[in-house]
Amino acid sequence: MTREGTSFRSAWRAITDHAVTGLAILATMLVVVPLVAIFVYLLIKGASSLNLDFFIKNPAPEGESGGGMANAIVGSGVLLGIASAIGVPIGIGAGIYLAEFGRGTKLANAIRFTADVLNGVPSIVMGLAAYSLIVVPQGHFSAFSGGVALGIMMIPTVARTSEEMLLMVPDPIREAALGLGLPNWRSVLSITVKTASPGIITGCMLAFARIAGETAPLIFTALGNAFWSTNPNQPIEALPLQIWVYATGPYEDQHRLAWAGALVLIALIVIAVSLVRYVTSRGVLKGVS
Amino acid sequence: MGVGIEVKNLNAWYGTNHTLQDINLNIPANHATALIGPSGCGKSTFVRCLNRMHETNPIARVTGTVRIGDLDIYNEAKPVEIRRRVGMVFQRPNPFPTMSIYENVASGLKLNGYSNRRVLDEIVERSLKNSALWDEVKDDLKSKSGASLSGGQQQRLCIARALAVDPEVLLMDEPASALDPVSTSKIEDLIFQLKSQYTIVIVTHNMQQAARVAEKTGFFLNGRMVEFDTTHKIFTNPSDKRTEDYITGRFG
Amino acid sequence: MTRIRFQQSLDQLKEDLLVMAGLAEQAIQRAIEAYRVRDLSICDLVSRSEVAINRLERDIDQSALDLLAMEQPMAIDLRFILSVIKINADLERVGDAAKSISERVRNMEQMAAVELPVDIPRMATLSAEMVRKSLQSFIDADTELARAVLTMDDAVDTMNRAAYKSLTKVMEEQSHIAPQALNALMISRALERVADHATNIAEDVIFWIEGSDVRHHKSVMAQKKAAEAGG
Repeated sequence: MTREGTSFRSAWRAITDHAVTGLAILATMLVVVPLVAIFVYLLIKGASSLNLDFFIKNPAPEGESGGGMANAIVGSGVLLGIASAIGVPIGIGAGIYLAEFGRGTKLANAIRFTADVLNGVPSIVMGLAAYSLIVVPQGHFSAFSGGVALGIMMIPTVARTSEEMLLMVPDPIREAALGLGLPNWRSVLSITVKTASPGIITGCMLAFARIAGETAPLIFTALGNAFWSTNPNQPIEALPLQIWVYATGPYEDQHRLAWAGALVLIALIVIAVSLVRYVTSRGVLKGVS
Repeated sequence: MGVGIEVKNLNAWYGTNHTLQDINLNIPANHATALIGPSGCGKSTFVRCLNRMHETNPIARVTGTVRIGDLDIYNEAKPVEIRRRVGMVFQRPNPFPTMSIYENVASGLKLNGYSNRRVLDEIVERSLKNSALWDEVKDDLKSKSGASLSGGQQQRLCIARALAVDPEVLLMDEPASALDPVSTSKIEDLIFQLKSQYTIVIVTHNMQQAARVAEKTGFFLNGRMVEFDTTHKIFTNPSDKRTEDYITGRFG
Repeated sequence: MTRIRFQQSLDQLKEDLLVMAGLAEQAIQRAIEAYRVRDLSICDLVSRSEVAINRLERDIDQSALDLLAMEQPMAIDLRFILSVIKINADLERVGDAAKSISERVRNMEQMAAVELPVDIPRMATLSAEMVRKSLQSFIDADTELARAVLTMDDAVDTMNRAAYKSLTKVMEEQSHIAPQALNALMISRALERVADHATNIAEDVIFWIEGSDVRHHKSVMAQKKAAEAGG
């Protein structure tokens, strides 16, 4: 190979190197830019409508201006609380079963399959299911039915990520625990789950962030409520629901409130997730994440 | 104090694979016994039968008896109880990553219900001293995680963890194979000291190591125990040609 | 088979030792021949081969040391290398004895030839045969032959003791031929040493093949007998 030949090849390699790096950066920007754009847009559109009233007042009657989304914020909180109370334990429990007790069994495969299918069910169908299973027998709409719908939507994500994180805990750790004479359940809970907990928590937060913005399931279950309510047995308002109603309504005032609501929704999700990250990172020395 | 182990007609299967065939041997108390043999000969399986760890594999099955002291471990006790009397140290150090050094050593006790702070402190200190790690970590017991130590230190930590539950027998499955020569020497010196208090069974690929630490050695081949005798005899003048071929490296 | 290089090294070590053995055996044969025919030129040959023997001894020890350090030999390999080291030393001593004998012959050459009451040729034949057989037992790894060598030692010892008695008597009573007698005595002693070395070689062969240490068996047997008689 001539000297000219080698330098040509190395020049070509350098060009390819730069080109691919450039494409990777471009791809990253294509992901980040829309995200940033949305934030900025929301900020522009919604910040002007933010005031104290927004956070402490309920919606004004139809046609009137003023009012806020206090009940929607609290309502979302209640719904997400019920959903988490259902989705997190069941999801983690399923993940633990899949990873620790049912490895390779037919039941585990069936559960995994079911979870994947459930994941793919459109959220409005989930809402309809909750409607027919809870709202109709009870005879009324309720926060509870909405929470159930959202909770069930959480389960597949929580279960699958929990399973994956638990599987990432190396087997020698389990063996060490068993070798010390710990019963299997103790080993699973105190050692394996604890080691995988950062990752499991991340999975829960992913699921939480997803359902925090769901609107469709709430239409036939929580329904919405113009007034202040925290009663799980009654219809309840939710931020995404309220945003949708206002955005599709005729009133300019409501449109502005909708923008503010969207901004607040995203902000609250980010705050909630960051808070959980902060709290859990302080207690854990090192684990699988 | 250590106890002797009596193995009679031990057979083990993984599914249809007859991994151990008719193993009979007596492991003396307060001695170190080495088990050597080529890969796949069954020595690791055998050792795991001594604390019923092989049962963590659902397709494992065992017949025969194993007596540890007076206890028939298959018919008279549960696996969890046995494992508190028979400790195990594995090939790759496996300290619990989410726990500090202190918590690692105390884990066997804490998670089994002991909570007396003072007693735990004493036991942790004694175990770390017995595993020749105390001086190196005594200032960082609670601030450093178990996984932040070097390989040799981690393995000694695992030994301390195993010793903390005060077993009578210590099983070591190639404990130094992942370590550098200096760490290996430290572990071997440790075994020498521990012999007086525990019965030690050590699986090793390294014949020189077996020769250095063990009074008795057993040679496993294809699931059978071919020869079991004093280490001196095995390495200077073994009775069985297969043993000789293996230790002279003539295995083909 | 694995460790082919190691096996080749062991074979080479055996080869080298056999070359050494050949030289030592030849030296003894020549020394005895020199005594028989009183030929000084043969004495020169013996002296010269001494140099080669000493050099070989160093080389063989070095090779053995290397194998011990580098290859971690076990069991029979370890016993083999240990035996080689010991046989090496014994062969060098045999060479020394040969040189000693040839010097005695040189000395005697300047004296008158006299009849002495000692059968040096027979002792020589016996000792040489012991060396031959012990080396053969090494070549063939034949412990039976090695054991046969052990039993021959007694005859040589007896002959040496008898030679001592009769030659000292000659030196006392016929002082004019004392020098010759003295030389003959020293040759007898050298031959007895050769027989001892042959015995050592045979014992080393048995240790190598069987792993049993049969050294000093005579004193052990004697002690046993004494203990049985006394108790």
